[in-house]
Amino acid sequence: MVDWRAMNFDLSDEQRLIRDTVRDFARNEVAPLAEELDREKRFPYELVAAMGRLGLMGIPFEERWGGGGADTLSYALAVEELARIDSSVAITMAAHTSLGTAPIAWFGSEAQKERWLPELCSGRRLGAFGLTEPEAGSDAGNVRTRARLDGGEWLINGAKQFITNAGTEISGCVSITAVSGEIEPGRPEISNLIVANGTPGYEPGPPYRKMGWNASDTRPLSFDDCRVGEDCLLGARGAGFKQFLQVLDGGRIGVAAMGLGLAQGALDEALAYAKQRRAFGRPIATFQAIQIKLADLATEIEAARLLTYKAALLKDSGAPFSLTAAQAKLKTGRLAVRASEEAVQIHGGYGFIEEYPVCRFYRDAKILTIGEGTDEVQQMIIARALGC
Amino acid sequence: MKICCLVKEVPDAAVQKRIDAGTKRLDRSGERTLNPFDTHGIEAAMQIREGGAVAVDEIVAVTMGPDTAVRALHKSVALGADRSLHLSDPALSGSDVCATGYALAKALETEQPDLVLLGQQSDDGECYTIGAVVADHLKMPSLTQVIKMDVSEGKLVCQRQAEYGYDTVEIALPAVISVGDAINEPRYPSLKAIMGAKKKPLDTKGTGDVGIDPSQVGEAGSKTQVLGINPPPPKQSGEIIEDEDTNETVEKIVAWLEERKLI
Repeated sequence: MVDWRAMNFDLSDEQRLIRDTVRDFARNEVAPLAEELDREKRFPYELVAAMGRLGLMGIPFEERWGGGGADTLSYALAVEELARIDSSVAITMAAHTSLGTAPIAWFGSEAQKERWLPELCSGRRLGAFGLTEPEAGSDAGNVRTRARLDGGEWLINGAKQFITNAGTEISGCVSITAVSGEIEPGRPEISNLIVANGTPGYEPGPPYRKMGWNASDTRPLSFDDCRVGEDCLLGARGAGFKQFLQVLDGGRIGVAAMGLGLAQGALDEALAYAKQRRAFGRPIATFQAIQIKLADLATEIEAARLLTYKAALLKDSGAPFSLTAAQAKLKTGRLAVRASEEAVQIHGGYGFIEEYPVCRFYRDAKILTIGEGTDEVQQMIIARALGC
Repeated sequence: MKICCLVKEVPDAAVQKRIDAGTKRLDRSGERTLNPFDTHGIEAAMQIREGGAVAVDEIVAVTMGPDTAVRALHKSVALGADRSLHLSDPALSGSDVCATGYALAKALETEQPDLVLLGQQSDDGECYTIGAVVADHLKMPSLTQVIKMDVSEGKLVCQRQAEYGYDTVEIALPAVISVGDAINEPRYPSLKAIMGAKKKPLDTKGTGDVGIDPSQVGEAGSKTQVLGINPPPPKQSGEIIEDEDTNETVEKIVAWLEERKLI
């Protein structure tokens, strides 16, 4: 167990090595492809395979299932370093890990783990999580997707939307929330079910046309008289509500690491550009107006980093972390939007041109104040913790 | 065959290098990492093992440095070395290249390697010579800047980067080979290897454990003394020729090159 109370700001040797390895991987392997993947809206199969070989597709899961056996902070560091270079690749790995694989690792039966975890942790298959619906997201009490037992099978009908990783050639399964009955009149019983890709009646729809995250896979899903075995129930019947809240709590640390990474990446680009770009006979980094932007961003990023790492350490130490994770998610999402905007501003006209990464960063940032609970939902969680 | 890989912990390339005015040494207080050139040495060892031409019994990473240098060893075993040897002693602090080479050679004597591999230069001192110094003490032949290596029983055939083209040299084992970064593309350590790194044996030895004569190492035992240290002179700004008429521009460039006898 990590003794986070010691306020030790050093990373362990393993954490440092994981960070440095992913940093090298992102710079050497992801960066040269990022612009092309974004432009062609092409899913990064080759990078997922490479990350799988390195063990990056199952960082926090048990080694007996092919996971890395590393802690949440190591996972956050890896996500941060990927997002520093490219958000599409980062979200593919992060959603697969903390949304796709985590529910099975945490709530699955031995048989379910045996069937899915080795495939998922190795990156040979991708996992997805189906919560959001046209009329239900964080407000999951409004779930319309139904599942009922029929002849020893679950019969599923409904639709999900904005789902990551469900429609690729290597997508393995999606864990979905569905109303499986009523606890009492007007109070739905929610359960989670694992649905394998290829199950008749389950169809991932066409990919969305998005503002950003262009190389990641995001689709609506439809379930039309889809039948899965009784053994596809994840954990206990009726435990779905509690389970997905827990999944989202953990997922927020990953998304916070994405915001942190994107903000750092935007600063990296802005700083490099400001040192090299000359105006009025000197580098623009020597102008106070630019220095103030860079100094403010560096400070905000360091503060956001501490909050994100603290959320990860709290989780690893077994302490309550929902509040800190919500704060980290709120802080980093907004910072990513701001940092990418400032980075574009520092680039001037070039920031508006797609050849410069900050242009992509700007488009990729906005979803971070929305996905995995909007800023407003994070504020609701934080306000509740304050006793409102 | 037993291969020893010499490795060094150096300041991370992203850190702005700074000289400590008091000690006249490189300020090593920032982020540090395994010398990138040494990762090519470890990769070369791994490729010999995986190539199968000779049986490699053991790959041992060896470093000399303070406590933090253990991190360079952890990375080395994550990259494939089987175990590591850390030569660490306050008496070694301040050793110059000759003293360091002597100390490393003494540590290597306890291992009796058939082949010693290292990166051709360190990312900090960049003196390029440590391999040759080590080889001299071990009375082994040495090659530097090797970019291709074919191993067979008892010998190596190496290609060595020369000023114009390559030298192909056959060398008898045991030998000390420093490799250039063109020799291979080092692998990334897998997460599994990173998590398992601390489970691999690590021996820490002091000067007395490997028979180092204390008078030959450290600042006092070093034959060189740094009197002063200065940043390199700033690069002179180049001459910009505006391209108004391309024929004229070409003539100007040709004249400029001829003037300096470059063409």
